Amino acid sequence: MLKDIFAKKKKYATIPSEHDKNDVPEGILTKCPKCKKIIYTKEIYKNHKVCLQCGYHHSMNAAERIECLADEGSFQEFNQHLTSENPLGFPDYLEKLEKDKKKTGLNEAVVTGVCTIDGHKTVLTIMDSTFRMGSMGSVVGEKIADAVRVAEDQNLPFIIFTASGGARMQEGVLSLMQMAKTSIALKRFSDKGGLIVSVMTHPTTGGVSASFASLGDYNFAEPGALIGFAGRRIIEQTIREKLPEDFQTAEFLMEHGQLDQVISRLDMKQKLSVLLSMHEKGGESW
Amino acid sequence: MVNELEFEKPLNQLREKINELKAFTTDSEVDLSEEIAKLEERLTRLEEDIYSSIKPWDRVQLARHPERPTALEYIEELFEDFMEMHGDRLYGDDHAIVGGIARYKGKAVTVIGHQRGKDTKENIKRNFGMPHPEGYRKALRLMKQAEKFKRPIICFIDTKGAYPGKAAEERGQSEAIARNLFEMAGLTVPVICIVIGEGGSGGALALGVGNHLHMLENSTYSVISPEGAASILWKDASLAKQAAESMKITAPDLKGMGIIDEIIPEVRGGAHRDIKTQAKAIDQVLLRSLKELSKMDEQSLVAQRYDKFQSIGEFTKETV
Ligand SMILES: [Zn+2]
Repeated sequence: MLKDIFAKKKKYATIPSEHDKNDVPEGILTKCPKCKKIIYTKEIYKNHKVCLQCGYHHSMNAAERIECLADEGSFQEFNQHLTSENPLGFPDYLEKLEKDKKKTGLNEAVVTGVCTIDGHKTVLTIMDSTFRMGSMGSVVGEKIADAVRVAEDQNLPFIIFTASGGARMQEGVLSLMQMAKTSIALKRFSDKGGLIVSVMTHPTTGGVSASFASLGDYNFAEPGALIGFAGRRIIEQTIREKLPEDFQTAEFLMEHGQLDQVISRLDMKQKLSVLLSMHEKGGESW
Repeated sequence: MVNELEFEKPLNQLREKINELKAFTTDSEVDLSEEIAKLEERLTRLEEDIYSSIKPWDRVQLARHPERPTALEYIEELFEDFMEMHGDRLYGDDHAIVGGIARYKGKAVTVIGHQRGKDTKENIKRNFGMPHPEGYRKALRLMKQAEKFKRPIICFIDTKGAYPGKAAEERGQSEAIARNLFEMAGLTVPVICIVIGEGGSGGALALGVGNHLHMLENSTYSVISPEGAASILWKDASLAKQAAESMKITAPDLKGMGIIDEIIPEVRGGAHRDIKTQAKAIDQVLLRSLKELSKMDEQSLVAQRYDKFQSIGEFTKETV
């Protein structure tokens, strides 16, 4: 149950900040990594974890995301008990999974289900980068493909919020194939007229960006999100060039024709609601 | 007066005179109301004369008027909940073409248009409404999306032409325009195109393969600008005025040739005088078009578009 996810989480966790050198008391205050302002953590949470000063979007886990998008109490989770095996017998993999399960209260890096957004019923799929960097293995692939099948069977829109470092190395080529598995599921859904909305959040990279994240009828992103296929370091090493500061940000992608809109988290629910309503049948004919 | 058009000069002179007299009467005891009334009557008559015998070159000036309402302004007036969508998913987002989804009388539609700027800053951003290939590819992407979700498509045409530039050629300006003509032909949803300003050549036509094509009264649609035509035909761009007459580029001309369906009447003096009233005139024609086309099934829409364009062209067949 989703309740379990909430129960296992502290209500107000400290938001990790790269530049935070323990000069701020844990938990109560949070230093914004962008504008460096120290703000009451509680205030940031009230503002959907968007910095009140500069609009920086702190990362959100799946439970927080669902809380700020789905109508209260409407989210019903699918496949919450699917868990990964260790198909390649990778050393320490199961231990790492166990550790992240404890840390996050999740079974895997994606939560799927159905909910209403301002009364519009939709399948909602949320990736969580706090679990194994949101990487995609067999369970992530299966849960997403299955959520698409539900959308197809029940004639519902499919909305996905992506956040992922890419492939799950420990599952080798099985992980790679999840890109095709999810994309094929989306293709059949799309051919039947299904609505696909992808919202890329920080970070959406590698195999996830090169599959379902980019396959929306509408591709959106949150401001400042890192989105790209290859990592910055790999590109810099390959081309022996320093890349611009804004390289692979949502804004950069927007400028390069890859996104329909960059949407602030504060407007997200309202915009999705309008979009969903415009894809519902009805209205008098002209 | 800013942006004064040549053919409107006599009107402005008369208006000025009336204003002078009015100012004089308020400052002094003299009663000039009779003179003023006479002049105002003359103004009305002159307006009627001038605007009823408007010449092609005058229309070119009106179509290019810097204050002429743009696609986004009409979208604002005619639709609700407009959500602009960006990018061609290939290379970039061309600000010379805008598009997205919106509601028209409660139902979802896809709206696309060329977008000029109204000041220098915006014109630079919008490249003076002259698209690159990515603009046409964005437009096509949105049209395909409209087709998937069975929404009608409304295109506002307003461009001097596709951008003549190096990068545009490198990225396939011709292919992008051609692709749109080809793909628009097969769209299974109603497509309504309205020329609101300048319809400049292939760059305009790339949003123009519709079931219905309408033009605002003072808009133009042509294979080349009058200046371009004059310099090619007579090696003298200053003969543009003459070219405008010969080329048959006005709404009445195109209506006469059976290329457009309806002329949308303009506010006297041009659309820029009153955008709200102008939008209402567009609204009437648009609604009528949609009503007619939404009765047709997918096959008939494609067939109607096919027939419409196959019938264009003038020729004689010699009898053997
Ligand atoms: Zn900040």
